[in-house]
Amino acid sequence: MTTLLGWLAGLGLVAGLVMGFGVAPREVTQGNVQRIMYLHVPAVWVAYLAFTVGSAASIAYLAGRRAGADRLAHAACEVGTVFLGVNIATGAIWGKPTWGTWWTWDARLTSVAVVFVMFLAYLLLRGAIEDRERGARYGAVLSIVAALNIPLVHFSVYWWRTLHQPPSLLKPGSSTMPRVILTALLVNFAAQALLGAYFVARRARLLAAEEEALA
Amino acid sequence: MVAVPLIRVVGLVRVFGAQRVLDGVDLDVGAGEAVALLGPNGAGKTTLLKIVATLLRPTRGTATVGGHDCVRQAEAARALLGVVAHGAHVYEDLTARENLVFWLRMGGHAADRDALAGALADVDLERHADARVRTFSAGMRRRLALARLTLTQPRVLLLDEPFAGLDQRARKWLEGRLETFKAGGGAVLMATHSFGRELGVADRLAILTGGRMALDTPRAGLDPQDVQRLYVAHTEEVS
Amino acid sequence: MTYARRALAVAWKDLVVERRSKETLNALLFFSLALLFVFQFALGPDRERLAAVLPGLLWLAFILSGVLGLGRAFLVERENDCWEALLLTPGDKSAIYLGKLAGSLVLMAVVETLVLALFVLFFNVDLGPALPGLALVIGLGTVGIAAVGTLFAAMTAQVRARELLFPVLLLPVLVPVLLGTVKATEALLLREPLAAVAHWLKLLVAADVIYLAIGLLTFDFILEG
Repeated sequence: MTTLLGWLAGLGLVAGLVMGFGVAPREVTQGNVQRIMYLHVPAVWVAYLAFTVGSAASIAYLAGRRAGADRLAHAACEVGTVFLGVNIATGAIWGKPTWGTWWTWDARLTSVAVVFVMFLAYLLLRGAIEDRERGARYGAVLSIVAALNIPLVHFSVYWWRTLHQPPSLLKPGSSTMPRVILTALLVNFAAQALLGAYFVARRARLLAAEEEALA
Repeated sequence: MVAVPLIRVVGLVRVFGAQRVLDGVDLDVGAGEAVALLGPNGAGKTTLLKIVATLLRPTRGTATVGGHDCVRQAEAARALLGVVAHGAHVYEDLTARENLVFWLRMGGHAADRDALAGALADVDLERHADARVRTFSAGMRRRLALARLTLTQPRVLLLDEPFAGLDQRARKWLEGRLETFKAGGGAVLMATHSFGRELGVADRLAILTGGRMALDTPRAGLDPQDVQRLYVAHTEEVS
Repeated sequence: MTYARRALAVAWKDLVVERRSKETLNALLFFSLALLFVFQFALGPDRERLAAVLPGLLWLAFILSGVLGLGRAFLVERENDCWEALLLTPGDKSAIYLGKLAGSLVLMAVVETLVLALFVLFFNVDLGPALPGLALVIGLGTVGIAAVGTLFAAMTAQVRARELLFPVLLLPVLVPVLLGTVKATEALLLREPLAAVAHWLKLLVAADVIYLAIGLLTFDFILEG
């Protein structure tokens, strides 16, 4: 099952790359560097999807105490953090040649950065707790706090940047998106989601193997 | 018809990281019975007590108190338990009386002035009732913890080294209380390092070594030297 | 009702212990004073510059003292070996969370009042009509900080590297509260009416409700052995 997922993810990535670098049109002002968007944008969607799965699995764990739920939660949050890291990194790489700066405190980047740090803290917490069962419980509570905090972060940061201030000029993407670009984004999203699911499955397996070895 | 023992432990396994602290332990303690748990440091005595006290979850196996599973029916189990651990559970900056009031309120009991005074007098602490626990010796703190038990009236007592740090008079008092407690149908499981007179209150001895129950035998007819010999015999085996 | 009584018992116990030991309060007050000096020296004597960043500085002082103070919330349980004993008490453990929270709020209120007074003195701030609105914002913000802080303090109490882990967990989560309170404070100090910051107030209330709800619902899982 996992292997199949891996193959599908591989195929999806190829399809995504083809769409992003071949099929999608070359952007007029930015040039080819804009194509990094096909990596950058789906990554944050996958990350948030992963966090949702992670916190749902956390709730399931607290309710039923099944170790499998915790492994899923742990793996999902971990993979989500990685994808968010990819999003931030690709954003910086995109930003430097395009707008002249690696980083800016606009609404989107800031909220993503805060969410990233929150889930990094989750990984830190789990790393600091040796007892698997306690780590599962504490991690579950933290991931629920972090997940429910995401909308609060987004709203507060957005208001912080936009109210009484001109809207940020650095928002990537435009409001009306040509069909081919949207398709390319969706293909890449599907590909990355498959890849994410593959990583989560492998990671959860690894966690199970670790527990087996100890018990 | 055999009544379910007040404490029942079946196939208890507890793993910490890579270490198997308890490796399949069985133990029963019936009403009116006191079992002394002996064993070298690291044998798992405290871990066993903690699991029965609902403070830790076992990796495998079950523990029940009064028929209630310690994991799934923890609240019901706790209602029957009285626990005195190493730490005596007292707040240093509160007075003896304030500590009792706090723990009684937390337990949902009424903090009756007279009952409090009586309990403190029982453990010979009434002169120190309004002194901060910070000034107490280890023995006095232990006595305060025991005074709390007098007020909460549990059915099962879990004691970790209850006689440590007590003077002769306090020891006699504790032995008497435990006998009364047993006579009233309570069960006692106590971890101890001493083979002296205190074992007199125990009906059975259980020797725990390397996470396993090496010996479970009635104490009647054994004097301290016998106990010593048995202890050495069963703990040497595994070392 | 036993629930309320247990929560009150915990709050009472914490306040009595604090009043007698005075450890936390004294430390926090001196810390705030030290912060004030640091701010002054880091930002220089330029009055205008200070006035511009004043809301941020105020909340920096509040949050940093909060991190210090809340990080110690369960220290008394740890030092006195009472953690397990609390776990053994019957009934809903969230009463303990509420009691701890109440105690922390009292402590933070004392510290914040004094810090605010120091700010008014040292930086020559004229609060005037802004005070009631400010009190509301400070109240809402503090509840949010304490609600998450108490929960995380319980979590990190039994973990390695707790002094480091606690602020790392708390600060990112508190970003919305920090933004809301600073922006609202800024507006109020500029004599804007409370209605102008209504959206921030709503955000703070929402945050408080969410954090309190999670705290009450999940504290049991944290306290458990």
